[in-house]
Amino acid sequence: MAVTDTGTQSKQSWLKRNKLTVTPWVFLAPALCFFAIYVVIPIFESLWLSLYEWNGLYDADGNSTAVWVGFDNYVKLWGDPKFWTSLVNNVIWLVMFMLAVPAGLFIALFLNQSVPGMRLYKSLFFFPFVISQVVVGLIFGWFYNPDFGVVGSLWKAVYCEETVNIVGNLTFRCSAPVPDILSSETWATYGIILAGLWPQIAYCMILYLTGLNNVASDQIEAARLDGAKGWKMLWYVVLPQLRPATFIAVVVTVIGALRSFDMVAIMTGGGPGEGSTNVLAYYMYETAISEYGERYGYGSAIATVLFAIMLVYISYFLHRMYQDEKGGH
Amino acid sequence: MFPRPIEKSSPARRVGYQAFLPVALLIWLLPLLAIFLTSIRSAVDINSGNVFGWPSQFRMLENYTAVFTQSDAAKYMLNSVLITVPSVAISVTLACLAGYALAIYRFRVALPLFFLFVAGNFIPFQILMVPVRDMSVQSGLYNTIAGQFLFHAAFQTGFCTLFMRNFIKALPFELIESARVEGVKEWRIFVFVVLPLVRPAIAALAVLIFTFVWNDFFWANVLTQGEAVKPITAGVRALNGQFVNNWHLVSAASLMAAVPPVMMFFLMQKHFIAGLTLGAVK
Repeated sequence: MAVTDTGTQSKQSWLKRNKLTVTPWVFLAPALCFFAIYVVIPIFESLWLSLYEWNGLYDADGNSTAVWVGFDNYVKLWGDPKFWTSLVNNVIWLVMFMLAVPAGLFIALFLNQSVPGMRLYKSLFFFPFVISQVVVGLIFGWFYNPDFGVVGSLWKAVYCEETVNIVGNLTFRCSAPVPDILSSETWATYGIILAGLWPQIAYCMILYLTGLNNVASDQIEAARLDGAKGWKMLWYVVLPQLRPATFIAVVVTVIGALRSFDMVAIMTGGGPGEGSTNVLAYYMYETAISEYGERYGYGSAIATVLFAIMLVYISYFLHRMYQDEKGGH
Repeated sequence: MFPRPIEKSSPARRVGYQAFLPVALLIWLLPLLAIFLTSIRSAVDINSGNVFGWPSQFRMLENYTAVFTQSDAAKYMLNSVLITVPSVAISVTLACLAGYALAIYRFRVALPLFFLFVAGNFIPFQILMVPVRDMSVQSGLYNTIAGQFLFHAAFQTGFCTLFMRNFIKALPFELIESARVEGVKEWRIFVFVVLPLVRPAIAALAVLIFTFVWNDFFWANVLTQGEAVKPITAGVRALNGQFVNNWHLVSAASLMAAVPPVMMFFLMQKHFIAGLTLGAVK
């Protein structure tokens, strides 16, 4: 029987016999090609480029002018104070940004009621996340402005009095100078992070609101009968059920913190001083495309460090996903 | 429900809660309100330092018209549309195909490939910057609309595939199996069985990717030069330099840039939120 079977099968085309093997690749091909060209291959090119010194130019024959320098770029990074400032700022971002998770939970708990108009309130609370970070950066930059921003106006209302000077113009005499947050090497980073937290808290809030919708009400009622309430109820009954929301909230917050670029670019451009608000993402950009000529190799080395940090979180995320996949089958 | 529904509390608390809600919202949106008030002020207010109080004149129409007549804002907006719409169309289409392949067929590399898309979605942009920029310059895509949307489409395909694959995986597999038993061709199963069922996922991805790409600032700087093909996010920054001390105009331009994603969000709220939770929190 087997012999006759192979006889008839060979008449069928190879394609037909292997239909279920070939089809997925046909479906996958466009996405895979596209993703490989723009995402996967460039990652390896960057890693490779970090071992070169290159100003991005090609010679007359179209060959790249890159020069192999080995790990020289990384040695330079080690001794580069701007790199360390950026790295420390990235750590500050990471730590401070984590506040978005409990803050988002807090607002979600506050809003998880069903009074009339609640839907609109929830969407309006979510508003900051939808706005571009460029706009958020501009809004806060203006908010912090000591001369005509909200912070400046409030400060003047409390600490200053209007006087008319000899020439006849209105001036302010202040008992304490108006703080210029974004020009202070100490406070500028925190000022930017606060601005970044605004949309991030909104994001975490929406994750928790969706999570709270699905908390099993019978467990809550049962716990209530047992006398649980307030913090204890939140900690022992509600939070364990919100674990998927917390997981996603932490992941997107970490990524948001490490990706911080727009806000720094808009609000301070890395300044004041010697890059006191720089973060790796912005320092890399500044180095690779600077006014003093392009430094692709050194920039790629910075990008590689940032990538390595991110890889820790990506691996953790993939590990968790893998566990879920195994559990699902 | 947690916390305890407010209807079950004392009337005083209930009234207190409902009175506090708008106050809390006002504080939360204070930066936005302040910038909106600024955008409808006259230049006189700005110069005399009245930026926090009530506007002395309402100049909404004048200010917003000025943004368009005195700057390239209209062109930036158009560029943003031209970049965003193809990005959404391409990435969602590719993700439907790829997500279907990864969810329905069992082959050894399905999971590793899926993880590749997931991981690619989380990497820092900077690791792609130099090669993508160099490739764009070499292929003539630098400083073009197409150069921008091709990159966005490719990058967003990662997120879209993650979402789409999980969505299709959650569909009842019997549907596909019974269609196969009936002898329906694979591509017909995709078109006539799966596509109609993933419509909510397509909607969710479309609004989300629209917002992501519209709000992009980094790639607008990396892949363009000059004004011709800049999207509105980079444009607003340019206007910020152009309108120095004209805070009412900068505010108006910033708010204009925010309008399309905000509209998207309000029109498609349910889908938007479903997308944001990565399908993990239902």
